[in-house]
Amino acid sequence: MDRALALHLGVIAALGLAYFVLPAYHAGNLARIMVLAIYAMGFNLAFGYTGLLSLGHALFFGAGMYGLALSMQHFGAPTLPALLIALVASALVAAVVGALALRTKGVAFMIVTLMFAQAGYLTALYFSAWTRGEEGFVLPQALRRFAGFDLSSAAGRYFAALLLFALTLLLIGAIVRAPFGRALIAIRENEPRATMLGYDVQRLKWFAIIVSGTISGLAGATYALLFGYAGASFAAVPYSILPLLYVLLGGAGTTLGPLVGTAFMIYLFDLSSSLTDAYMLIAGVVLVLLTMFLPQGMLGTLRKRALPWLP
Amino acid sequence: MAALGAAGAPAILQTRGLTKTYAGVQANVDVDFDLPTGQIRALIGPNGAGKSTFVGMLCGRIPATRGTVMFDNKDISRLPAHRRIRLGIAYTFQITSVFTGLSVRENVALAAHRAGGTEATVTEVLARVGLSDRADQPAGDLSYGHQRILEIAMGLAQKPRLFILDEPTQGLAESEVAEFKALIRGLSGTTILLIEHNMSVVMETAQFITVLNHGAILAEGTPEQIRANPHVQAAYLGTEDA
Repeated sequence: MDRALALHLGVIAALGLAYFVLPAYHAGNLARIMVLAIYAMGFNLAFGYTGLLSLGHALFFGAGMYGLALSMQHFGAPTLPALLIALVASALVAAVVGALALRTKGVAFMIVTLMFAQAGYLTALYFSAWTRGEEGFVLPQALRRFAGFDLSSAAGRYFAALLLFALTLLLIGAIVRAPFGRALIAIRENEPRATMLGYDVQRLKWFAIIVSGTISGLAGATYALLFGYAGASFAAVPYSILPLLYVLLGGAGTTLGPLVGTAFMIYLFDLSSSLTDAYMLIAGVVLVLLTMFLPQGMLGTLRKRALPWLP
Repeated sequence: MAALGAAGAPAILQTRGLTKTYAGVQANVDVDFDLPTGQIRALIGPNGAGKSTFVGMLCGRIPATRGTVMFDNKDISRLPAHRRIRLGIAYTFQITSVFTGLSVRENVALAAHRAGGTEATVTEVLARVGLSDRADQPAGDLSYGHQRILEIAMGLAQKPRLFILDEPTQGLAESEVAEFKALIRGLSGTTILLIEHNMSVVMETAQFITVLNHGAILAEGTPEQIRANPHVQAAYLGTEDA
């Protein structure tokens, strides 16, 4: 077994143990961090590995969230079918948006993805008879079960989050070392060169967006399932920006950077808001300092300075 | 029926009426070009003669205004660049273009794997161009000369049937140019189209030369014929044509 896989399995094992060691409050935080880290890992595949800066990933997160929550709420779908519906919904949305947005590049791509996400958000508001708009709705607790486990309990929530986090991490770890992932990195590094080596750059970018969007949708669905709530604010602009911050802080183009960045951000907000009402100010200053001194993020800097093998 | 090139061997590459117009300025006008299989051909001409535009249209980086490109008797005029590369064309950029953030080995591997090569191909190509001991360095840390060599190595790793090199020796030191000449001469079986300014490279490697001037073919012939051609001398020296 190689170092990268060993590291991933070690992190997963450590997260499993953490539930038994940490106080309940922090275990609850960690469950949320793992779900949002799935989102960040999905975003990272497009941004960190392929070099596609999307500002519209909340659309995919929201597609997954509503795919699961609406099918549970209105059709009484059990967990597994609802989760599958969520994955199909986010994959389809990513396929369509990707096909259109990838006709643009750079700043135009950012704006087009942002606009698509905004359209998705407004759609959720428009159909508020079903979605209850910003206010959202609470999922029936009786449906939030899987194979006999209660996913609304602390343990059920934690280990469901861990399972999906682990699967996503191992999937991403495999993708970035497979020919597909290495081709994505080639596109990020030098797109014209990748084309002139015979890579179908447009198609590869489209696949990257679909996989990235589907993983983001998985995160949205998991969030609704484990925390029992779906609302339009999860499809709004801030939820497109958050994964970007998580990934930049943790290290774009590293497999574990999304987890590190998400944990750091959530605890930064958590700790600074316990100190002062002006917690956004503290958080903002810390973020500015980090991007000034660690422009490649925490794990990106670690990889550059000390551990070149870091996946 | 196989099309026959100028030298009698079947042509691996043919263009007919290939033309590129940039906002009314004609970079290439009705170029009819035949490259026989296995030949090492140099494409020369004064600055602005349209050499890079011409090879750009061959490999699909630059869309032609009109005209056809045939590769291996197949019309590839409408294929996007990556599809042309997959047919067996390799192209090295005039301005060095490698994956600077990736290791030297990964650069060559990206080229080899796309073309169906293995790790053995990568190791062999690295040894052949003398980059084996730098395989794990980031390509961006290599000297300019070594980056040019890496660019050529990426082309070799594709095991192309047609290898297009756009000014490969530009900016190389004398010793590196000598190594390059040996490398090219050692590539038996690969058809090579070489844009080159360095006349010693042209005269020592090319079997046949095409001279472009003002976007059109001015002359074609063996190195001796080209050297003796008064029109070519005039184009290069800027004197009135004899």
